[in-house]
Amino acid sequence: MMATGSDAPSPARTALVDAAKTGLVAGLLAFPVLALRAEPDFSNKLVLQQRWSWMLVAAIAGFVLRLLLALAPTAKPKSATQTPTERAARKGPKIFAAFGLAIIAAWPFLVLLVVGPSGALKWIDNYGVQILIYVMLGWGLNIVVGLAGLLDLGYVAFYAVGAYAYALLSTTYGVSFWLCLPVAGILAAFWGILLGFPVLRLRGDYLAIVTLAFGEIIRVVLINFSALTNGDAGIASIPRATFFGLAFVAGPRGFDAFFGLPFSPVHRLIFLYYLILVLALVTNMVTLRLRRLPIGRAWEALREDEIACRSLGIDTTKTKLTAFALGAMFGGFAGAFFAVRQGFVSPSSFNFTESATILAIVVLGGRGSQIGVAAAAIVIIGGSELLRELDFLKYVFGQDFDPTQYRMLLVGLAMVVMMNWRPRGFVSTREPSIYLGASKSIGADLVQEGRG
Amino acid sequence: MEVFLQQLINGLTLGSIYGLIAIGYTMVFGIIGMVNFAHGDVFMLSAFIGLILFLALQQFLGLHSAALSFLIVLFLSMALTGLWNYAIERAAYRRLRGSFRLAPLISAIGMSIFLSNFVYVAQGPRNKALPGSFDEVIKLTHGGAYDVTLSYKQILIVVVTAVLLAAFWYVVQRTPLGRAQRACEQDAKMAALLGVDVNRTIAATFVIGAALAAVAGVLYLLYYGVVNAADGFVPGVKAFTAAVLGGIGSIPGAVIGGLLIGLIEVFWSAYFSADYKDVAAFSILAITLIFMPSGLLGRPEVEKV
Repeated sequence: MMATGSDAPSPARTALVDAAKTGLVAGLLAFPVLALRAEPDFSNKLVLQQRWSWMLVAAIAGFVLRLLLALAPTAKPKSATQTPTERAARKGPKIFAAFGLAIIAAWPFLVLLVVGPSGALKWIDNYGVQILIYVMLGWGLNIVVGLAGLLDLGYVAFYAVGAYAYALLSTTYGVSFWLCLPVAGILAAFWGILLGFPVLRLRGDYLAIVTLAFGEIIRVVLINFSALTNGDAGIASIPRATFFGLAFVAGPRGFDAFFGLPFSPVHRLIFLYYLILVLALVTNMVTLRLRRLPIGRAWEALREDEIACRSLGIDTTKTKLTAFALGAMFGGFAGAFFAVRQGFVSPSSFNFTESATILAIVVLGGRGSQIGVAAAAIVIIGGSELLRELDFLKYVFGQDFDPTQYRMLLVGLAMVVMMNWRPRGFVSTREPSIYLGASKSIGADLVQEGRG
Repeated sequence: MEVFLQQLINGLTLGSIYGLIAIGYTMVFGIIGMVNFAHGDVFMLSAFIGLILFLALQQFLGLHSAALSFLIVLFLSMALTGLWNYAIERAAYRRLRGSFRLAPLISAIGMSIFLSNFVYVAQGPRNKALPGSFDEVIKLTHGGAYDVTLSYKQILIVVVTAVLLAAFWYVVQRTPLGRAQRACEQDAKMAALLGVDVNRTIAATFVIGAALAAVAGVLYLLYYGVVNAADGFVPGVKAFTAAVLGGIGSIPGAVIGGLLIGLIEVFWSAYFSADYKDVAAFSILAITLIFMPSGLLGRPEVEKV
């Protein structure tokens, strides 16, 4: 009875066999699409280029990944609440967060110090303003997806409403940015209510699909309603924002002359940087405050269990609508800012990829976690900007190699991996907004979510 | 009248393609209650596989018979796309069965982004045009303001769709696999207790759904003659609309929904505005889900607490 050793395969052997099978499948999958590339020749007829080595690469990658997965130690369940030592250790992140905030607040000046005014443009714009727009969008969507648990795949529609609101009001009626900013937010919130009202009775995944449909409808209307939106060509020469009436232009009436500074385009960028920083921080503060109000508690309760909510007398429609409207409002603010920063809006800025990117930021960062969402925005948007810098890879992979193409590929892959590895996102603990005694973080494994 | 007849033919052709894709959505939804967001991109991938196989047959084997290469390409891309969807299910969805409700959908959205960008990177951003085959047409009316034509392509598409649907219907209704599928759809836990291998059945569902999507992909390639890495999204949403309209979970519903969506799209473009044809499809999706969530043939969903 002890001689079963030779019959039962050892764990290492099964792992190897599994990995070999995975490698074989991966190699086969690579056969048509990776190994052969259809390119038009000079007579515009498609000709296949052969790259058989890619099959081998895919097979080896599949083999190695599967083997690593099998050999990786299975995750042990962590203790749910934190011990006192762990709680003390949480002071570390607090200091880290303060440090991070200080760097963010001083970022334009740090950059100016390090690279000087001419090189600073790119660093403030691409790595500052661009990232902060997505931080704000992520935080706005976090109200809907993270707190209320409603998967919104059409968030970019509200971003578009805000952007077009400012673009149209300023170019047709000459209304200033500061007046338009609240108007854009209110309009977006109004659209949020309008689109939200019919769909909020639906269950989670249907709601997601309908919001996707609405987002696409708004985009197609923007493209085709040329009389108002100028179609695909978009709206150009949108007026820039002023600093208390001082425009960022050269000449005696400009911002630079007023403060006795030499004219430099960097000043406008620094202004934009702090503008979006303030907008984003306002979003964050409002969200954090709302979480402690009854409406915020109702959102989170709704996310955890809709049926329980209803039986406790929470008006689910109203609760969902407020989340939708508030999320949309911040999207609208961000949209108005986007329009004033670019000076140009067109429907191509508001496609599904944009919605998916914002959703990925929220999902990867950790739904409901403000700091996680901000970190994810920095990694994803900063990372895709960094990809632009990797031009040297052209010498390794050839001139056709364009690293920016891989951005969404990696984002999609990261979403799949994150859902399988840590479904709650990178920051998975929950900070309860009401507690007895001291605040404790709740581990992800203690919360059962989402039946509504 | 001629316009109407012509659009009817075009609409039924397009609708067959949507119906084939819609079955993949409806089967997966029926069996694990998940909106397989990546299915449209699996369809696009299969069109690319078809394109490359067509070219490979021409260039490496010198095969120029359109009918023979069509058959070979059809079966090979069904097999390869099935393998792709099997791998996708294993890698991206299987572990998520016990997770929270939106987890599989988010994973599928990630997979959809991954697939379209994978093809984009591997095959380049440009449209890929295949030289036409089966281009001959039959003129159905003569002498009017406008000749109504029925192309060989359209006949082929409708016939292939009908044959495969019949085969598929046989599999679901008459084979042990189909019985296991229907059992899992009704109650996966009970089916498992009675000895049905649930994981295997679900994997088979994904493979069959992908094989039908591959048929749609090859037919789409043949019909339009051009394919692009971004082509998965809109047909995917339209096919999902078809599945919802027909009643998600219901296989005949998916086919009827597909035909309806094809007809609506074609007639909308012909009589109203081609610019807004996607708006028509998306609006139908929203309206159906809001006012008629169980569709034409679906069962109303009972929420158990």
